[in-house]
Amino acid sequence: MTDRAMIQIENVSKFYGIYKALDDVSLSIAEGEFFSLLGPSGCGKTTLLRSIAGFENPTAGEIYIDGVPSLALPPNRRPTNMVFQSYAIFPHLDVAENVAYGLKRLRLSPEEERKRVGDALDMVRLSGLGQRKAHELSGGQRQRVALARALVMRPKVLLLDEPLSALDKKLREEMQVELRTLQKAVGITFILVTHDQYEALALSDRIAVMFGGRIAQIASPKEIYQRPRTRKVADFLGGMNFLKARVLGEQGNAVSIDAARFGAVNLEKPQGFAASNGHVTVGIRPERLRLLWDEDRAPHELAGRIENRAYFGEVTHLTVGVDGLEHPLSMVETNNFGADDLPIGAEIRLAYDPDAFVLLAEDPPVTRV
Amino acid sequence: MSVLLRRLRVIPVLPVYVAVYFLFLYLPILLLPIFSFNNAATTTFPLAGFTTKWYASLAGNSVMLNAAWNSLIVGISVSLLSTVLGICAARAITRYRFRGQRTAAGLIMAPLFLPEIIVAVSLLMIVLAMGVELSLVTVILGQTVFCVPYAMSVLVSGFEGFDRSLEEASYDLGETAIGTFRRVTLPVVAPAIVSSLLVTFTISLDEFILAFFLSGTEPTLPVYIWGQLRFAAKLPGVLALGTIMLVASILMLTLAEILRRRAERRTQLAHALP
Repeated sequence: MTDRAMIQIENVSKFYGIYKALDDVSLSIAEGEFFSLLGPSGCGKTTLLRSIAGFENPTAGEIYIDGVPSLALPPNRRPTNMVFQSYAIFPHLDVAENVAYGLKRLRLSPEEERKRVGDALDMVRLSGLGQRKAHELSGGQRQRVALARALVMRPKVLLLDEPLSALDKKLREEMQVELRTLQKAVGITFILVTHDQYEALALSDRIAVMFGGRIAQIASPKEIYQRPRTRKVADFLGGMNFLKARVLGEQGNAVSIDAARFGAVNLEKPQGFAASNGHVTVGIRPERLRLLWDEDRAPHELAGRIENRAYFGEVTHLTVGVDGLEHPLSMVETNNFGADDLPIGAEIRLAYDPDAFVLLAEDPPVTRV
Repeated sequence: MSVLLRRLRVIPVLPVYVAVYFLFLYLPILLLPIFSFNNAATTTFPLAGFTTKWYASLAGNSVMLNAAWNSLIVGISVSLLSTVLGICAARAITRYRFRGQRTAAGLIMAPLFLPEIIVAVSLLMIVLAMGVELSLVTVILGQTVFCVPYAMSVLVSGFEGFDRSLEEASYDLGETAIGTFRRVTLPVVAPAIVSSLLVTFTISLDEFILAFFLSGTEPTLPVYIWGQLRFAAKLPGVLALGTIMLVASILMLTLAEILRRRAERRTQLAHALP
């Protein structure tokens, strides 16, 4: 990964009539970066990806691919290749012919073409399956063919449209690891569209979370999970306990708040922070709350009682009522200490780290129609 | 009562019914080839011995050959014309969503359910009113109206699953629009197109009413056969001709069905999920 921008998206908007699929989106993706566009369906992530590929024509703005303004170029003249959600394997061709499809136009020598097809199949671990027909392939194999067919073109950018959504859970997790390894090996810029936050977190160098045709936040997986800027981003990336808190004072980049039963907490101001009537929303992830057993002590403790319990195999999700809090708290406990056996109604104590709180900015008002 | 029921259960009612049903359906058709090889001018049992002379006589029958030639011209024209129209209709129905789509599809399919003789009479009236001379051209136009629905239903099942992303993938891999049509669109839907050609050709080949009304002095094979039935002596020759047409139709329809299934498998596979 280098600092050179491979993709630059500048003020791109796409309107369908008065519906804004993309609303003034700008972002820059580095060469060799694994970048994810994450968001719920209809947030514009696929439209943005298809605009980079050339299948959508933005109403305004410009997209530079490796410095070249590309919106005027048709898909077949852009240095991008795409892995489609349906894989779009050509059903009348076998695996090798599918992979060689784009090479035919390059008029390579037969040996060179065969070598490149073979290398591409090796890369996705499909060596020896070149003669298979498309209908003889499993879902995972079809996915690999789609990858090989795109990578064999040696694109500057590989675009992946929900490539793993059709696979079952186990295969999906395997392919995530493979995709990440593959990207590191080829060093090409990958842009992944997904609605699965775990996939985005596990694969990406950076993630852009999108809502309503706009980018809500761009950050590394760790930052976006631990330091979400707004309530919506926090919510989309996983469980979060939201609390209303009173602002005690502001000093430079720090805000001091009174987080109800959690006491006074000092937090870093997020970008675009503004308190409304001296009140703010703060959040703490469920796994940042910890059960205290018997004689355990912690610097910051809170008493509560189990209101609900859900068993998830390796973890148990607990809902804990705390007097003086508007909503009960969610927490996640690993099952090695017996959290799964706690009776409902049990009085418990929990520990928290004040540094785990995040101050959340208000979400921008939704302007789409 | 219960005794009767038990007795009934012993007799395999359903299998017997099915057997009778199929006998009724296919025995008469089976008689056609049997008598066409029978060495007698009448169609009665017992058979009088094996001969191929009725088939040999066809070869020298210039009127029959002329009718066969007419049928061939009409069949090829009708199958090409109705398949081209069917492709347009099927593509519109499967690819786009537009107002009145269901109505349009219904109206295209409607000739299947209209009484053919009514359509034939009205077409004849129009053709005569327009002062157009009856010829093979009028037969072709009339039969095309009837064959488009068949062509469309075969083609729709072939196009239905055609995943648009196949064409996009082709552009994405550097291919042009024309190249994409040649390398992806056409090969994927080709079996459906061939299947449509075969089905419509077969339908045209044995279509009688429209051909009879609209053909003027140029009979097609069915019209010729109908004319020959008045002469008892010509019957064995007609049987031989009928046998050939029967075999040809079965072969073509079987081939068409095989191709249609292949087309369906291909297009559905393209977006089938595991």
